[in-house]
Amino acid sequence: MSAHPHVPMLALDTLWFQVAGTLCNIECTHCFISSSPTNRSHGMLSLSDVQSRLAEASELGVREYYFTGGEPFLNREMVPILAATLKQGPATVLTNGMLLTARICAQLRELIDGNEYSLDLRVSLDGFDRDTHDTIRGAGGWDRAMSGLRNLVAVDINPVITVTETATGIRTEDGRARFLAMIRAWGFEKPRLKVLPLFRLGAEAQRTGGYSDSERLTADMFDEAKADTLQCSSCRMVTSKGVYVCPILIDFPEARMGSTLTETLRPFELRFAACHTCWVEGVTCRT
Amino acid sequence: MPDLTRIALIGGIYSNYHALTATLADIDRRGADSTFFLGDLGAFGPFPDRIPATLIERGIAGIQGNYEESLSSGATDCNCGYTDPRDNFYAQISYDYTAEKTSDHYKRWMAELPKSMRLEVGDRRILLSHGSPRRINEFLWRSTSPDAFLRRMCNDYDADVIVCTHSGLHWHKEIGAGRHIVNAGVIGRPANDGRTNVWYTMLSIGDRVDVEFIPVDYDHDALANEMRAEKLPEEFIETIETGWWTTCLEVLPAKERAAGRF
Repeated sequence: MSAHPHVPMLALDTLWFQVAGTLCNIECTHCFISSSPTNRSHGMLSLSDVQSRLAEASELGVREYYFTGGEPFLNREMVPILAATLKQGPATVLTNGMLLTARICAQLRELIDGNEYSLDLRVSLDGFDRDTHDTIRGAGGWDRAMSGLRNLVAVDINPVITVTETATGIRTEDGRARFLAMIRAWGFEKPRLKVLPLFRLGAEAQRTGGYSDSERLTADMFDEAKADTLQCSSCRMVTSKGVYVCPILIDFPEARMGSTLTETLRPFELRFAACHTCWVEGVTCRT
Repeated sequence: MPDLTRIALIGGIYSNYHALTATLADIDRRGADSTFFLGDLGAFGPFPDRIPATLIERGIAGIQGNYEESLSSGATDCNCGYTDPRDNFYAQISYDYTAEKTSDHYKRWMAELPKSMRLEVGDRRILLSHGSPRRINEFLWRSTSPDAFLRRMCNDYDADVIVCTHSGLHWHKEIGAGRHIVNAGVIGRPANDGRTNVWYTMLSIGDRVDVEFIPVDYDHDALANEMRAEKLPEEFIETIETGWWTTCLEVLPAKERAAGRF
């Protein structure tokens, strides 16, 4: 079997923050890092943690910032963290929408109005209906997400609705059209939708079975000229434990590339099964 | 050297012959020391051959956009850089029409265009690019292009002034140390602001760098009629007639998306 290829670091454009660690208010059956109300394998990032990374990122000319968890809005400093980030560049938050209270939404509106850079939200849903969604996310998840979406509509914030392939048929033209019509019916006049494949890691590996040994990227499958299609050629992920190659692999100690951003600006060996998924499916966690 | 050097910059033309004619007349009226086009001569509009014919006749130099790169290499799509299926759906209609209607000798001419151009005015280094200096189809939007990122690009590419187009919306930012990023906008379709005019850019370089975005009114009804006759999608025509983007807009960042109607 041929060796695994290395992806070059072309330019650090996108910096991710595991801002809530692996702590989440729910426990999705497909979560690739098994976030839950009790998973503290990665800790919360404080405002000052983020500020020091922003200073590093500014020196390196980072273009954009993404925040994920766990659930980012469990972090009590989330709004101040976004305020600090938006002074420096655009920010996107990946959320389950359940904690988007009217108060938080009003604060987000103020941030949008008061900054030159874009603030975007991605709200995750699973399936076309309450039953499918709640089977994956737990009872009450759909209704609380809908409540969060209503609060966003009220302040005229238009999120990207992110749906995994647990929604049957979501990748077909009809499936997308159906979902877009649904988003419009919730009050978003310019419906935005992103469909994500599943990574068979963490809880999802338990749900559907993990990867087979053959699902690995080999040097002969890889084309370095297209390395820019892999987000690891232009992103890094900051968690409480250090800097990782990407948002997907934070459960793998070998994917930790260093303590400072600068020392992670080097090639990375694509030896994980998830690397195969990203390459084959053309996945990017960016919007 | 005159005290002030004026450079007219024409962004994406998208087969909008009527806007090109009006823009060139406006440049003639105002006066410019030189004029450059920045690529994407074809796209949404009709009769793509009219654009290279006019540029060649007028002796206007310029660079490849992703359209010229794709058309001249026989690619099956425009490589616009979209990710959303809705954007790609309309981009394909636009590209297929343009590829079919562009003459082979113009495709060969497109192959010879450079990917970028460097100008020196006094001690200022100006770099013309299509998307960005590093990628022909990179979108440089105002709300997602922070100063630190733009400074890195100026450093990496040894430029004091970087000029681009591709995204369709014009903006200018001065990022310190006499450095400027200028998205020249496009004359192919309106700037998603509910007005039918299009925009080109005049760069005036003397003791300092001045950037002026110039609105151009043109016969958009004539364009719309020709598009209908060519059976181009009604969505493309609506944009020309209303000034609001109806397609290829999922790629917009949150702030720019919020500013449009759709």
